[in-house]
Amino acid sequence: MSAPAENASSREAGAAEESRPSLAALLLDPSFWADWASVVGLVGLVIVFGIAQPVFLSVANLQALLLAAAILVVLSIGQTFVVATAGIDLSLAAAVMLGAIILGLVDAAGYGIFLACVLAVAATSAVGFLNGALITAGRIPDFVVTLGTLSGVTGLGLILSGGEPIMVGSTFLLRLASGSFGPFGYPVWVAISAVLVAHIALYHTRFGVHLLATGGQTESARSLGIRTNRVKIAAYTISGFCAGIAALLLVARIGSAEPQINTSLLLNSVAAVVLGGVSLFGGRASILGPAIGALMLTALVNGLTLLSVSAFYQPLAVGAIVVLAALIMRYQK
Amino acid sequence: MSAVNHSPSADAILACEGLSKHFGGIRAFTDVAFQARRGEVTAVIGDNGAGKSTLIRCLVGVHVPDAGDIFFDGRAHPFANPDEARKAGIETVHQNLALIDELTVAQNLFLNREIVRRIGPFALLDRKAMKQQARAMLSRLSINMPSVSQRVRRLSGGQRQAISICRAAGSGAKLVVMDEPTAALGVQETANVEALIRRLREQAVSVILVSHNFDQVRRLSDQIWVMRAGRMVATVRGSETTGKELVALVTGAA
Repeated sequence: MSAPAENASSREAGAAEESRPSLAALLLDPSFWADWASVVGLVGLVIVFGIAQPVFLSVANLQALLLAAAILVVLSIGQTFVVATAGIDLSLAAAVMLGAIILGLVDAAGYGIFLACVLAVAATSAVGFLNGALITAGRIPDFVVTLGTLSGVTGLGLILSGGEPIMVGSTFLLRLASGSFGPFGYPVWVAISAVLVAHIALYHTRFGVHLLATGGQTESARSLGIRTNRVKIAAYTISGFCAGIAALLLVARIGSAEPQINTSLLLNSVAAVVLGGVSLFGGRASILGPAIGALMLTALVNGLTLLSVSAFYQPLAVGAIVVLAALIMRYQK
Repeated sequence: MSAVNHSPSADAILACEGLSKHFGGIRAFTDVAFQARRGEVTAVIGDNGAGKSTLIRCLVGVHVPDAGDIFFDGRAHPFANPDEARKAGIETVHQNLALIDELTVAQNLFLNREIVRRIGPFALLDRKAMKQQARAMLSRLSINMPSVSQRVRRLSGGQRQAISICRAAGSGAKLVVMDEPTAALGVQETANVEALIRRLREQAVSVILVSHNFDQVRRLSDQIWVMRAGRMVATVRGSETTGKELVALVTGAA
């Protein structure tokens, strides 16, 4: 605040402040590295693996890497919406399994692959909605609710499938998994579309602002008339929807619906979100960050495999990188 | 010191009669009559627990009173909840300011009132328009803000208070209610907020101010209402009273 006379000069100062700081100042600022941790990490990995094993940089390998990353990218986006509200969705991978099994069962029953896909996505979205409803209406911590649905949904998947994998021999899914348009396979395009839609939703809609407000200061948001419970339920439903899309990509990729949870998908989705600079305390999020975080984790596994490092070392490497990223995040302003 | 006036006059923007509120067995206030005149700064003072905050919360729809009538802009029983009060033109500057630290100044100023552009079935934020209007809102109240794209987290206490007041005034509110707006501020920042309140009055916005600071209340207010132990005990013109008289009224020593 100032006297009106000072106003003109202050406006000029404002214009100067809004321009970008110099590159040198940026590189010296630790919060720059924290904000771009996933990009810096990805570039670093690409350089290291590119030198250690030139095959890593071949077009074929990069395409395979992107294809392998697509599922994790979609899941990380779902997780991002939940984490932005200061929550966490532990049931994500279980929802993927349930979606896959429903897809398999409906397809096997002869109702057609399209209905199967729609029902699978509807089921996982319903799991997300249930999470959100229990957390807001039941006033139960997100951690407990999603831990509960993780177990419940896993059980439901086992009951429905009888514990047996279901083969899905659909040409539609086969084409989804193996076809490509331009330089990328269809799953990569699905992931790119998900990133675009989510980015617009987060940064260019009222919902996105209300989501960040809810995650940042729930009480303040509520006192301004934002319906924070609805926003939270929407975030969990989006997470469930993303799990459904991931289930389609997963079944397409392996050709069957497996009644087992891929726990590394869950953990890596949280890891990608952390690497992407999203605050676990809510209120601060991006979509590109977690997407690149997911790419980075996939690149890490891919590179270690190419270097013939035993698969047993991969979780260790992922863990080290996530903790390192969390340490760097402390410098985030 | 004049007697408490019990009939809401035509120039009252917000008034109440015979208002009472109890929480279980605890009496917050009883049989309170109060009015805030259009275009004036009206202060409510009183000791801790005198019932000021609860009275204000009843007036803006947060609490429902047990008995009595509220009039806003000539209408009786105006609101059932704060959202309705907000829509009718009462903006409250909350004690916690209700700012979102991780959002920018412009985003906070337009929170839940965002400007959107319709593109087919989609409504996208018009961020450029919001930034422009945010700058206009700030300069209308002569609030100096380096950039409207700055996150609120980095601002000082006085700047945060200014943004919260600016948001309240900028929505075309008829009445802005402030609960202890300078309680946590330093000397210079307090002076800035007081200047801001004067500018609101110059722009014909009515203000209700809850405060502990008697000097401030005398500097700013046209009319001062005094509460003691759950009752409205006196009302005086700000220009006609002394600090001593206010202390006496608040403590009951008069």
